[in-house]
Amino acid sequence: MSAVAEAAEQRWAIIVAAIIAVLIAMMVVTGLHWAAMPPSRVETVDVKTLHLKGEFVESNLGTALESDGKVVVRVLAQQYSFQPQCLVVPEGMPVTFRGTSSDAIHGFSIGKSNANTMMIPGFVATFTTTFRTAGEHLMPCHEYCGIGHEAMWARVQVVPQQEFLARIGQEKRLSCVRR
Amino acid sequence: MFVARRLVLAHFWVAFVAFLGAIFLGEWQMFMRSPLSAWINNPEHYYRSVTAHGTVMAYVLPTLVAMGFGYAISELALKRPLIGLRWAWTGFWLVIVGTAMAAITVALGKASVLYTFYPPMIASPFYYLGVVLVVVGSWIWVALMSINLRAWRKENPGATVPLAMYGNLAGAYLWAWTSVGAAVEVLVLILPASLGLTDTINAGLARVFFSWTLHAIVYFWLMPAYIAFYSIVPRAIGGRLYSDTMGRVAFALFLVFSMPIGIHHLFADPQVGAGFKFVHAAMTAMVSVPTLLTVFTIVASVEIAGRLRGGKGMLGWIKALPWDNPMMLAVTFAFIMLGFGGAGGIINMSYQLNETVHNTQWVTGHFHLIFAGAIVIMYFMIAYDLWPQLMRCGSMPAGLMRTQLWLWFVGMMVLTMPWHWVGILGMPRRMAYYDYSHPELQAQAWTVTASTLGGLLLVISAVLFVYILARARRTHEAPVPYTFSEPIHMPARTPVALNTFAVWVTMMIALTLVNYGWPIVQLASLEQASVPVIPIGGR
Ligand SMILES: [Cu+2]
Ligand SMILES: [Cu+2]
Repeated sequence: MSAVAEAAEQRWAIIVAAIIAVLIAMMVVTGLHWAAMPPSRVETVDVKTLHLKGEFVESNLGTALESDGKVVVRVLAQQYSFQPQCLVVPEGMPVTFRGTSSDAIHGFSIGKSNANTMMIPGFVATFTTTFRTAGEHLMPCHEYCGIGHEAMWARVQVVPQQEFLARIGQEKRLSCVRR
Repeated sequence: MFVARRLVLAHFWVAFVAFLGAIFLGEWQMFMRSPLSAWINNPEHYYRSVTAHGTVMAYVLPTLVAMGFGYAISELALKRPLIGLRWAWTGFWLVIVGTAMAAITVALGKASVLYTFYPPMIASPFYYLGVVLVVVGSWIWVALMSINLRAWRKENPGATVPLAMYGNLAGAYLWAWTSVGAAVEVLVLILPASLGLTDTINAGLARVFFSWTLHAIVYFWLMPAYIAFYSIVPRAIGGRLYSDTMGRVAFALFLVFSMPIGIHHLFADPQVGAGFKFVHAAMTAMVSVPTLLTVFTIVASVEIAGRLRGGKGMLGWIKALPWDNPMMLAVTFAFIMLGFGGAGGIINMSYQLNETVHNTQWVTGHFHLIFAGAIVIMYFMIAYDLWPQLMRCGSMPAGLMRTQLWLWFVGMMVLTMPWHWVGILGMPRRMAYYDYSHPELQAQAWTVTASTLGGLLLVISAVLFVYILARARRTHEAPVPYTFSEPIHMPARTPVALNTFAVWVTMMIALTLVNYGWPIVQLASLEQASVPVIPIGGR
């Protein structure tokens, strides 16, 4: 009995030791590889001048069709709303969201899609996704950001590509906020 | 027990009374946001409640249970009176004063920042000082456990440390090191802002420090449950521990791997680069190894119990198990919840899948299933198992205990399964209310009602638990001498590495420094990352 148990334990010990060895090798390799350079895509932004200059000034928020043909949506989160409160994005095209917060930590997620990121003051969050079907999504703030947190919901309209391109042709920055 | 009896009782009573209060708050929160209730007129009350519920359940309950159980193990396993009784009481009172200070500040609405702090929101300094006192009190416990083991070693040179004490020390060292992250966050970043010495804070850096604590704290919560799996369950159901060595390996691996993986909580954060996110994700896979070892060993130990009771054949031993024994029931429930929770955890830890569930109700469901489900059900069993020693009350009422355990298990499943489901649908967590008039949310309304009913079962179970403890009366018979599980065969010599901690603690510290050092240095040197603080509740 004791021999059987000892053999079983030994087998387990060998498996565990092997996993540790592989892991440490991986740690060293990846550690050296990544530690040698700055973490990729950490972008900062100055909260104090956010409203005055740079890409998050009010007139620049919303959906843009960049000169290279990419769709970029710029969003600002603040207690307790998003700017703009209603976003328009095309169906079937990659959409890049760039967002930040001007006060507390907020969350950004769109309905049943996988778009999901934290919005941390001082940093620019980016997220790229493609919406497969047209329709409307809810876009709640998903991180506790103060006593109005539960009221912080925006909307996202996914529109057919043709319609999107027609609409964005007329405006520099597109949104569906009623004016 | 020798001298620690009242000490352990004090820890357990405060832990469980605080737990009872916090569970009522939790159920009130579920009710307020369900369609059963009108909209809350002051959402701030809701966040006060969330802060109190989280602070008690995450810091006060597990810390006091680990401390009390640790003191009990020290005397029962080492078979010698606890050294440093007066210091232990000092630690206890620090925890009490800290808890009271934090609780009063939260109740006054001056600290509705949730137990995860979330700077740049800044609460009253009394809240943070309260949490610091709780942690300092627990550090005294860490030191005492180490001192007691050293004294025992001196008296028993070369002897194998009892498994329960080995796990106890692993938990203590793990906690000592993992609490450093939040301690630095509070002492270096948050308190200066809270005291008005500075108006800005690096919120991204603060989150990285908190993640240092946030993952491994779960393993600190879990340690008492795992010690119970190995050193109480096999004895309580009339079996043997399949392998003493496996237990030691599992405890040692928790020390090494639960620390350097906390950035998996920051997968969706912009202040950490993709490289370190990947490293932490990969290492997170490793921390499942000790749990897999434990599941293997404990199931094998239970099988031994079944066979000793005459069970035959492939599955016959399962029927032969003592199903009327509350411990048998509890360990079964714990493993079922651990199984579901573990499957969910694999989804959380994969960088890609995480995006669909990050910060949704799924996450709330996940950690309630693991912690409040699998772990807390073992806290109940630890208390039940030690009660005859602590109260000298004879045997405990098995029927009531079974009812209590069933209520907890069913309640937890009914609470958490709907949460998982709506989490996938994108329902955000920590909302004081939902606008059910919106068609998309209306379809999810029933799940919140279901969870509220599950929560009600949990409240009943918690009341029953405290009642069972409170009704115990001292009898005249001396308590049956306390024993821990016997391994089926004890190796003649335990390898030095599995009888000491030096290797594991060194690895723990080294891996943490490798995995956290660079992101911390990088973030601390970013100028623009310091942002204005947002005072909460007028500080
Ligand atoms: Cu928000
Ligand atoms: Cu974690």
